[in-house]
Amino acid sequence: MKAQEYLVKEKLPLFWCAGCGNGSVLHAILRCFEKLNYTRENTVVVTGIGCWGKADDYVDTNTFHGTHGRALAFGTGIKLANPELNVVVLMGDGDGATIGGNHLIHAARRNVDVTAIVVNNLNYGMTGGQYSGTTPHEKITSTSRYGHIEHGFDLSGLVAAAGASYVSRGTTYGIVQLEKFIFEALQKKGFSFVEAISQCPTHFGRLNGMKKPADMLNWFKENSVSISAAEKLTQNERENKFVLGNFVNKENEDYSTKYLRVINDAKKSKEGGK
Amino acid sequence: MTHKQDIRFIQGNVAMVEGAIAAGARFYAGYPITPSSEVAEMSSIRLPQEGGLYVQMEDELASMAAIIGASASGKKSYTATSGPGFSLMQENLGVAVMAEVPCVIINVQRSGPSTGLATKPAQGDFMQSRWGTHGDHGIIVLSPSTAQDCYDLMIDAFNFSEKYRTPVVFLADEIVGHIREKVIIREIDENKIVQRKQPKCKPEEYQTFMQDEDGIAPLAPYGSDYIVRLSGSGHDNKGFPCSRPDNADKFIRHYTDKIEKNYKDIVKVRKYNLEDSDITLVTFGGSTRSSLEAMNMAREEGMKVGVLQLVTLWPFAEDEVKEVLINSNAVIVPEMNLGQMIGEVQKLNDYRTPVLGINKVNSEPITPKEILDKIAEVKNESTRVFG
Repeated sequence: MKAQEYLVKEKLPLFWCAGCGNGSVLHAILRCFEKLNYTRENTVVVTGIGCWGKADDYVDTNTFHGTHGRALAFGTGIKLANPELNVVVLMGDGDGATIGGNHLIHAARRNVDVTAIVVNNLNYGMTGGQYSGTTPHEKITSTSRYGHIEHGFDLSGLVAAAGASYVSRGTTYGIVQLEKFIFEALQKKGFSFVEAISQCPTHFGRLNGMKKPADMLNWFKENSVSISAAEKLTQNERENKFVLGNFVNKENEDYSTKYLRVINDAKKSKEGGK
Repeated sequence: MTHKQDIRFIQGNVAMVEGAIAAGARFYAGYPITPSSEVAEMSSIRLPQEGGLYVQMEDELASMAAIIGASASGKKSYTATSGPGFSLMQENLGVAVMAEVPCVIINVQRSGPSTGLATKPAQGDFMQSRWGTHGDHGIIVLSPSTAQDCYDLMIDAFNFSEKYRTPVVFLADEIVGHIREKVIIREIDENKIVQRKQPKCKPEEYQTFMQDEDGIAPLAPYGSDYIVRLSGSGHDNKGFPCSRPDNADKFIRHYTDKIEKNYKDIVKVRKYNLEDSDITLVTFGGSTRSSLEAMNMAREEGMKVGVLQLVTLWPFAEDEVKEVLINSNAVIVPEMNLGQMIGEVQKLNDYRTPVLGINKVNSEPITPKEILDKIAEVKNESTRVFG
């Protein structure tokens, strides 16, 4: 199936603002579906709430559109009840990292075989550009007009520490690299996570001196460093940079595989008496 | 699969698990909380023995989400919680209503609000079980009064859930959850186990929310030949977002109508000595036990007391309650809260029947003696003629 065939064409044009990065990420995901020969029937795209939570509207596979922050918990049930499914969970930074932060770390720790793709646009786009759990220090948002006093999460670091099998971070500026990460993540058995830094020119860009989408993309480009280059930076220097690359790629038995042993043991113990 | 009949002496909470398994449930996601914890513990032992799965989630919000996801993948699923945990489940319970995903939520009520008295009996979630989630909707709530009920009624809970494509709340309380009694693990006739309706159309014609003539839309599982689009947002028949006023009106009424219009099928009550009762006790859950004892004691003293036990709490048994309001000289509603169910009874009272409550929130069960005292009070004060 060609990438375009996974799109629900009657729902186009996309709901997102002009210059938004979501379309680029969605296209990258659908190209990966094509390469991996995902069928509509064996794929479930799970979303939460927010701009990126609308992504399932355009995808012609099975879908589940749940509540704000809980997409991974729905995805966990979907996958554990039928381990044959390809379960892809799409969340924004508000959804995945802020209200849903607890589910994110526990899904990583549990190592459920789902792929989580967080589009991190550094603010709450749909509700009007308020600060989220990833908004960088001192940046301006509609609820941090005097400069944000909190520090944003290093999402990839958080998920890596929680025990995910695969963790990568890319940006919409480096869409080729980002697509490669998504491709690797989808193939990984166990919990895989891709953080896609993406532009929100309408809110974040406008309030931070980057009114044009290209201004934000250039900001990503100029402030991106590889993992190896980041090692040479001080803590302060690192905070203002987007560290890109593959952080974790390890073999770690997933939840469903382990649970099959529990079922076997339990059946034996039942046969052996109550 | 047949279930061999077995007689056991077990807790209500344990009987619930056996009932769920007999009904075909094979997925549990939950977060332990007293006094429901034994449901989690026994599920973790029993489900894998039947090829099912137990997963302990990070909180109740995730638990509710996970059972909805598992049900969408085709596994009958359930969770169990108590008071504060039930509050946390309410948002996603609304998703199960909106996306019409079958599942069963056990709430072994405890005292509240907040942490309350964590291990003490109460019946303070009568209204929460009906109106806990936001927005208009119908809901089915069943309430057991014995450990045997915990087994038998659980099968009804799953059957209603699958038949009407809706979440069902199993509203137990600490008295029933923790009591140990004889339970017959009945042999279940497979024909009595309901499986959700599957589509018969061609895959390209299937729409996740397209209702059949009976008002219920078939629900295929993820991974079948059908593409399934489930959504907790306002949606059209296909499952795509839709905010057209006529569509919103149609769906929101549907969530109420598919329950309320099937009242006769869903509502279950038990009637004790109602043929000649002057004073009728209208009860549910654990309070039924004291009410039956009080009835027997009163009968020994020659007083004509009867009991109407509401087994289905929602939809509310309006016809049956009206009948006792018409035929009784007084109605007494004992409940371990400050008067949640009595309000529903009074709404139906167009007959000027005296309706009195026995309300206890000190963490102790209502005793038969307290009910007898109230019966005496009614007899002395009521202007109505008692037989």
